[in-house]
Amino acid sequence: MLKYSLKRLLQSFFTLFIVVSVVFLLMRLMPEEGYFGESFEKLDETQKEAILESMGLRDPLIIQLKDFHLGILQGDLGKSIIYRPKVPVTEILKTKIPYSLSLGLASICISLFCGLGLGILMTRSKGKFWDKIGTGYIVVINAVPAAVYYLFIQLYATNCFKLPILFDVDRPTSWILPILSMSLGSTAGYAMWMRRYMVDELNKDYIRLAKAKGMKNKTIMVKHVMRNAFVPMAQYLPASILFTIAGSLYIESLYSIPGMGGLLVDAIQRQDNPLVQALVLMYAGFSIFGLFLGDILMAAFDPRIKLDQQGGVR
Amino acid sequence: MRKPIQKIADNIDESLFTIHTFDASKAEQTGYSNYSYWRSTWQMFLKNKVAFFLMVLICILLIFTLIQPYLPYQKLPTEIYLDETTNMQLRNQHPSIEHWFGTNSIGQDLWSRIWSGTRTSLFIGFIVGLFEAVIGILIGAIWGYVRKLDRIITEIYNVWNNIPTTIILVLLTYILRPCLSTLIFAMCITGWLGMARFVRNLIVIIRDREYNLASRCLGTPTGRIIYKNLLPYLVSVIMLRLALAIPAAIGSEVFLTYIGLGLPVDIPSLGNLINEGRILMMSPDLRYQLFFPAIVLSVVTISFYVIGNAFADAADPRNHV
Repeated sequence: MLKYSLKRLLQSFFTLFIVVSVVFLLMRLMPEEGYFGESFEKLDETQKEAILESMGLRDPLIIQLKDFHLGILQGDLGKSIIYRPKVPVTEILKTKIPYSLSLGLASICISLFCGLGLGILMTRSKGKFWDKIGTGYIVVINAVPAAVYYLFIQLYATNCFKLPILFDVDRPTSWILPILSMSLGSTAGYAMWMRRYMVDELNKDYIRLAKAKGMKNKTIMVKHVMRNAFVPMAQYLPASILFTIAGSLYIESLYSIPGMGGLLVDAIQRQDNPLVQALVLMYAGFSIFGLFLGDILMAAFDPRIKLDQQGGVR
Repeated sequence: MRKPIQKIADNIDESLFTIHTFDASKAEQTGYSNYSYWRSTWQMFLKNKVAFFLMVLICILLIFTLIQPYLPYQKLPTEIYLDETTNMQLRNQHPSIEHWFGTNSIGQDLWSRIWSGTRTSLFIGFIVGLFEAVIGILIGAIWGYVRKLDRIITEIYNVWNNIPTTIILVLLTYILRPCLSTLIFAMCITGWLGMARFVRNLIVIIRDREYNLASRCLGTPTGRIIYKNLLPYLVSVIMLRLALAIPAAIGSEVFLTYIGLGLPVDIPSLGNLINEGRILMMSPDLRYQLFFPAIVLSVVTISFYVIGNAFADAADPRNHV
């Protein structure tokens, strides 16, 4: 197990390295206007060349790549150029992450609770009223683009319940709507998977045996079905927790929350290359290590899963 | 007096032990089954009333969006309409007989814009879905079948899959400047991954199953194995993916438009229309400009989602009688 984890960890780092390099090279394809900030129009060609040279952008690509990776190892992600000129990227992230993180964690708690609850409720009333209501909810949430129902929630919930439209740190009521609308999507996801796994699990022979033994329905549900159904879901939990840091683009721009959500799009639109690189590095790291942690967590939940043997047996 | 012992052999029908002559027509009857894959699929699909209703609805909608510009009394989607007496733009006109869904903030007819936008969005959805299916199945099949390539393609997949989709979409539409073809290209380039992985996993699972092994031993040609043994398994997945790719593509078009990297304003699409409506959202009497596109969009995406799921269930041979 430990040996396998170490191997996977190394592999994850390698994948991360490749992803970051690819993005770094992609960024070189972008227009160069982004390196000059406000003064772009006033400079002539030789001045531009001088600036680019001083930033090391005229070095061969290999050397640029090496410098970039060395910088990352020392925790230096470069300085923002346009978004907030001359401010280190890490500083910018420090002011923004807390908002996204607290909103995201709150919404994960809510959606885990509601989603798993809804999934269980739907399994217990399979084919009946609650199952149909839940399926309808899941279909609507999955099919309709998030932008549309977020808009309608903001439009009507603010009117009906007299909640503030825009986000304000000091007013707790302004937190309700963003968190709620954020958790709608993942609630549907959790409910859908929970229901599917539980229904699968209920058809297995050992459940029939447990029923034949005369175990109570409730005990079967809690002790056997739910525990087994939760294992596949454990795999996605770490990734979704890590990704709360990335924030939600729609929600944060709709309620004007000063979080991470719109930062990447903003940085790309203003061509702030160091910021984009740092963000991509972060996101790629999240998804790679989220997957890694998910596998480990799954193995921890279910002793039958032996990660070492994966791939060897087919 | 002893009763004679009853023997099993006592009441035997002697005719069962006579030698039969071979009758070709009777042999034919036992081997014959009127099972047809597509007919069973269709029958299973018809049992789902909601999905069938939505499919009819989508068909009507599709035909309507295609013929709408050729119907009489239709406005042009991009023309700005002027008031005849004052020569001013007909801005934010409420729904009326002249403009069925009203006009937008610069005086364009919303009714024709919505259908033109639906056309664009559905076009994007179909192309992206088709590309996803073709490339995904091709790469997935190679990935699953050729064992030597398995590791390499898995590594490439890991790298590609770990770059967040949003970033690829945003970077590409940014580098290539927004227009219809770059938008489609950007979505295609990220869309096939899930499909390829799905197909690969399925093929790895079923390629060495006993029934395939048996077919191969009996000398069934590879083409027939693929057509009769593997394809029925894949059809349900492919149809599901294809049907789900359409709402997903429409959704990401809305997303890209929302962050300002979508289609240019002069090409109406559902994403563009919703974005225009969103700007006017705060004045209650202009909300119709958000409602109409949102309703059409929801109907289209929900229908495709439900139809796709119902068809995937129906196309699974295990659900057939």
